[in-house]
Amino acid sequence: MSLNGHNPQTLFEKVWNAHLVQAGGKDMPAVLYIDLHLVHEVTSPQAFTVLRERGLKVRRPDRTLATMDHSTPTTPRGMDGIIPVTDAQAQYQLNFLTQNCQDFDIPLFSLGTENQGIVHVIGPEQGLTQPGMTIVCGDSHTSTHGAFGALAFGIGTSEVAHVLATQTLLQYKPKTMAVRVNGKLHPGVTAKDIILAIIAKIGVGGGTGYVFEYMGEGIRSLSMEGRMTICNMSIEGGARAGMVAPDDTTFDYIAGRPHAPHGADWDAAVAQWRTLPTDEGAVFDNEIVLNADDLTPMITYGTNPGMGMPITARVPDPDAAGDVSQKMALDKALTYMGLQPNEPLLGKKVDVVFIGSCTNSRIGDLREAARILRGRKVADNLRVMVVPGSQRVKAQAEAEGLDEVFKAAGAEWREAGCSMCIAMNGDQLQPGQYAVSTSNRNFEGRQGKGGRTFLASPLTAAATALHGVVTDPRTVVGEGVTA
Amino acid sequence: MDPIKNVTGRLAPLPINDIDTDQIIPARYLKVTDKNGLGAACFTDWRYNADGSPKAEFVLNQPQYQGARILVGGHNFGCGSSREHAPWALQGMGFGAIVSTYFADIFRNNALKNGLLPVMVDEETYQQLISLAQEDPATEVTINLETQSLTLPDGRAVEFPIDGFSKHCLLNGVDQLGYLLGLDDAASEYESDHPARVNTREMSV
Ligand code: SF4
Repeated sequence: MSLNGHNPQTLFEKVWNAHLVQAGGKDMPAVLYIDLHLVHEVTSPQAFTVLRERGLKVRRPDRTLATMDHSTPTTPRGMDGIIPVTDAQAQYQLNFLTQNCQDFDIPLFSLGTENQGIVHVIGPEQGLTQPGMTIVCGDSHTSTHGAFGALAFGIGTSEVAHVLATQTLLQYKPKTMAVRVNGKLHPGVTAKDIILAIIAKIGVGGGTGYVFEYMGEGIRSLSMEGRMTICNMSIEGGARAGMVAPDDTTFDYIAGRPHAPHGADWDAAVAQWRTLPTDEGAVFDNEIVLNADDLTPMITYGTNPGMGMPITARVPDPDAAGDVSQKMALDKALTYMGLQPNEPLLGKKVDVVFIGSCTNSRIGDLREAARILRGRKVADNLRVMVVPGSQRVKAQAEAEGLDEVFKAAGAEWREAGCSMCIAMNGDQLQPGQYAVSTSNRNFEGRQGKGGRTFLASPLTAAATALHGVVTDPRTVVGEGVTA
Repeated sequence: MDPIKNVTGRLAPLPINDIDTDQIIPARYLKVTDKNGLGAACFTDWRYNADGSPKAEFVLNQPQYQGARILVGGHNFGCGSSREHAPWALQGMGFGAIVSTYFADIFRNNALKNGLLPVMVDEETYQQLISLAQEDPATEVTINLETQSLTLPDGRAVEFPIDGFSKHCLLNGVDQLGYLLGLDDAASEYESDHPARVNTREMSV
């Protein structure tokens, strides 16, 4: 028992308990109230169709927000200032979202407008993502919003219909895992490297059934953007959600944003948010520990995010794998990737560098990449794409002159969207091409049919852009990169 | 949804771990606005060559596995993206159940909501089913939802877990959205006790 007479609780338990419309049990899911529902064009159409078929309304359009991001092109605007959509099926899907938002009264950030962007970038930047909330979206990277101490997770399209119609969700209570990162990061090592190291350690299924709470000095010292990068990839370790306890870094980020509370409401909100962090003595179901001090820049070599290693390491040898299924998986991955066992990745020639996605397309990520590219040129015969996560990020970057840094270096500066993270909007790798990408998935074909992805941080991506081969950012002189 | 009691049929073996939903249905097929027609694109990059011809060596293209009702896939089946298009595509290909040693969370949820049974078995049973499917593709097995059991041709029945609520919904054709709509009063009560902190339709400043 803690001093105030309550059982000590984790951050997750506090948020969970505060949203129970109906408690659940072993064979009965709880009914959770959802504070914020984010919607995009790809996973919502069939849900709206369900509502129409059944004559239902959206219960809380004022807790719902839609944006266009996945199937949208990121190509330059035409003379009319409009981003042209040339794919008829994508255009139909976008029109359908517009129609749905009109018919059901949902606010929409449509393509090219000032607030449009990747769904997990716009929630936080609008100040809609706040500590202690429940947030869902038909998108697995909804876990991003957990960086604010919200309980945020991806749902399927049937559940999108449930939330649209009832603002509630059936959900079994997950287990909790403390993910502790002790110590401080070395220069050139970033939040992306932390999460790639965590997933390499636990595997892509290691977190299934858990909500992670990231803690320890290595997490506390990160910016909100770094925390979002880490929470974003919780799902790549199998966890539906990842959370970070809110603190002054969180409050400073939220303050003054369009939907942030202000005046007396702000003070009340912060006072309530300060009660959220996990109580002393609260118990987690499981725990893993990493030392930030041991970490180096990471890179993936295989076809899932768990197949990652320090950038200076060599591709593993399937013959040395622990068991038959591991060997098979590794064989299959190396064949797809066109890599040899024991091959170093440093110095490997790449065709494309992609800097973007909901993992690494915020202003901080772009500043990091620009730090390396400023006053330099990207390698010949290399395509470098820089895709801001939202129109607001784009405007901010342009106000800081970052777009000029990228363009002068020979990189493409694009409109906001998911772009080559998902390759459903024209931005894609060609078969056999290699990319260093700041996105979150290196699955076969994820960035274009036959394309081969090495996941890494924005620093590593920018360093690679300079040389056209996989490059350790610590070998490139840049502020905060080299010790 | 129609009630589901059993799935009986032949097996198709896909002994690959961590089959992600990008393989089940690649993103470029997600520009659809309905659920139908995705079966043709299921596993498309494993199924077809660049010129559109089927890859003869891919298991689901082999004649003996045509019409299989049960897919046996490796550990952590359905990881990755939350796309419900994955179960829609698998159902479009004719599958009524997936057997694996482990399912990714969102995939399992999505499958259950669509009446595609995720059947989790132990490693030994999984290996046995893979061998059976490879050596004797004509074998049929039965999955009984009521008894939560998968019956092998030798008569051995293996139990599998399923949460009570999903089982009840599947067996009785209960519609989960209808269930939630029935809790309208409770939701309203929650709302009056917990005023909204944000309003997406208004800026606070
Ligand atoms: S950037 Fe990529 S991972 Fe993020 S929401 Fe878009 S498609 Fe999904």
